[in-house]
Amino acid sequence: MDFIIRQSGLFDIYEKVQAGQRISAEDGMRLFDSNDIVAIGKIADARRVRINGRNAYFTMNQHINPTNVCRNDCLFCAFYRKDGEEGAYRMSLQTIRHKVEERLAENIREIHIVGGLDEQLPYQYYIDVVRTVKEIRPEVNIKAYTAVEIAFLSEISGKSWAEVLNDLIAAGLNTMPGGGAEVFSPRVMRKLFMDKLTAAQWIEIHHIAHSKGIRTNATMLYGHIETNRERIDHLIQLREAQDISGGFLTFIPLAFHPENTRMHKLPLATGFTDLKMISISRIMLDNFPHIKAYWVMLGVNIAQIALSFGADDIDGSVVEERIYHMAGSKSAQMMTKKQMQNLISETGHIPVERDALYNEIVTQVA
Amino acid sequence: MNINLGSIEQKILNEERLSGQEGLYLFEQADLLWLGMMANHVRRRKHPQRKVTYIIDRNINYTNVCVASCNFCAFYEKVGGEKAYVLNNDEIASKIEETIALGGTQVLMQGGLNPALKIDYYEELFNFIRSNFPGIRIHSLSPSEIAYVAKISKLTLEETIRRMHEAGLASIPGGGAEILVDRVRKVLNANKTRTDDWLEVMATAHRMGLKTTATMMFGHVETLSERIEHFLRLRQLQDQTGGFTAFIPWTYQPENTELGGEKTSAHDYLRTLAISRLMLDNVPNLQVSWVTMGDKIAQVALEFGGNDFGSLMIEENVVSAAGANFRLSLEQIRRLISDAGYEPHQRDMEYNLLN
Repeated sequence: MDFIIRQSGLFDIYEKVQAGQRISAEDGMRLFDSNDIVAIGKIADARRVRINGRNAYFTMNQHINPTNVCRNDCLFCAFYRKDGEEGAYRMSLQTIRHKVEERLAENIREIHIVGGLDEQLPYQYYIDVVRTVKEIRPEVNIKAYTAVEIAFLSEISGKSWAEVLNDLIAAGLNTMPGGGAEVFSPRVMRKLFMDKLTAAQWIEIHHIAHSKGIRTNATMLYGHIETNRERIDHLIQLREAQDISGGFLTFIPLAFHPENTRMHKLPLATGFTDLKMISISRIMLDNFPHIKAYWVMLGVNIAQIALSFGADDIDGSVVEERIYHMAGSKSAQMMTKKQMQNLISETGHIPVERDALYNEIVTQVA
Repeated sequence: MNINLGSIEQKILNEERLSGQEGLYLFEQADLLWLGMMANHVRRRKHPQRKVTYIIDRNINYTNVCVASCNFCAFYEKVGGEKAYVLNNDEIASKIEETIALGGTQVLMQGGLNPALKIDYYEELFNFIRSNFPGIRIHSLSPSEIAYVAKISKLTLEETIRRMHEAGLASIPGGGAEILVDRVRKVLNANKTRTDDWLEVMATAHRMGLKTTATMMFGHVETLSERIEHFLRLRQLQDQTGGFTAFIPWTYQPENTELGGEKTSAHDYLRTLAISRLMLDNVPNLQVSWVTMGDKIAQVALEFGGNDFGSLMIEENVVSAAGANFRLSLEQIRRLISDAGYEPHQRDMEYNLLN
């Protein structure tokens, strides 16, 4: 089969990956410029097997989006509302308590909490959301607030980023999601999300979290106006940040969903782009333990195929995902454990139910 | 000889034919990327230019009345059923006018096994279309319908096809093949047309100079060796006649059907598509199915052996009744093809490039 990879002109990259070596930004550009997605997938699979063998992870999780009121106006977002606008909501702590309690019977391992930058809510509310969830489910891993939210909480409280993180950790925070990274390009930032963090700030907040023992994820929002060069720059910055701290767990490429956003005229990313993003991230980010094919955003079909193209995680059962569904995602709200196991097994991988830190959940058979 | 991936790879590179046993080995052992690379290699050998074709046509379901009652079908109505219909000429004419306005070149008329419609109905219908829309190709019916019309009109197959052809039928779509194994057809209650009947209609049409396509509906009750059997029956006939222009595998859509069950996965679809490219070495073209798999997987399927994006499908009622609800515009189809690095080209049924 080697000759087919040779024909693609990417054989030197394949050899480097097989030897466990790092590839350069220019190599990354060559991968993006190629349309030979199966050859690229094969190279990514070589990296994947070295890092994760044939394991493919899933988790039983829950998403809570406490508020959709946001002071920012990111062009790519269909989720946010202005205060008082139709469809705006903010959940009381009572509502959040209820949402956690109604799924107490399920073996949920991870609760993912992200929302808007809601200026009408006090600092304490954001801390109490974490505390409330932790009180009801002390054993669950709370993965809460993107770096953008941390910076916002610092701003409204006058506390430093580190102090905000200390308060959240005291309330029960265990890990941090990787959102808000968007694309680390000043050009894209100026056009799409003026008020957000710079790349350096986003990375610094993650580094502070890492120094406190908090593992975090990283994302990239692709499929809008970013160039291949900007994608590669983003990956290189993450790779360098990871070299410094080693605190990142998972990279999640997120496809932009144009529906109901102010960029609705843009087409949805194609299957080629989705698979290239998964594969090239896996190949470039040699120091990231995991690459996730988030099925809610890719759809179940591409998420399944992505397992052969470098991904080793498909996220979880979810239930009530709002952010992508408001942007027109047609995927279901949940998958059962059985569905996730079947989807993985069929691809020749080993389904492994994980907790938030990728420890295997061993189910006791009575 | 011992079968292994290395020996199969060698045969593929030497352009040797794979046996049924080897095909089955691929279903059981070969991983997705290996199959993609091999199928893509064969596809490039057959179609060295970086072009992907599509056709603009319209499915016109002239009737939904069908006595076959296949349990995987969500479209049919029984005779006298509440929603039973037969389209009249005015309705058909206006659908064809819309098709022409959208750049369409062909109509694909498919309906059911309707006991009220004998050979004269089809002769009149095709004559009507040919005289009013001489530029439109009539690529219509299916072997099941043709065999049924022959039976109720008390004609031989040859006579039936000859009369339809003289009235304007230019070619025959490969629908109703399902899985060409009688055990499966019995379970699906699709055995009004047996495997041999289906193949006999195609053989007869090919001998008379009509081109046809061939389909496979998979992911229901068939075994992997029955999929291989399907490939082998088609390959054998193609060796004799050369009349198939394309193979079109698509996945069973379970919604609203009596058979029910789950949709098969994208992984199964891509592997099956790739194996069909490797097995059907004598069929020139392989269509991807965006209607059942969606735009993302259909595009990816171009690297798993597919060289044709199928039809714009101005109208489709059969698989959409069973839960397939993907829709694409011409602009989207062309963009998906270009995004994959191919030139998009409109074609006709015989794969001549238009414009």
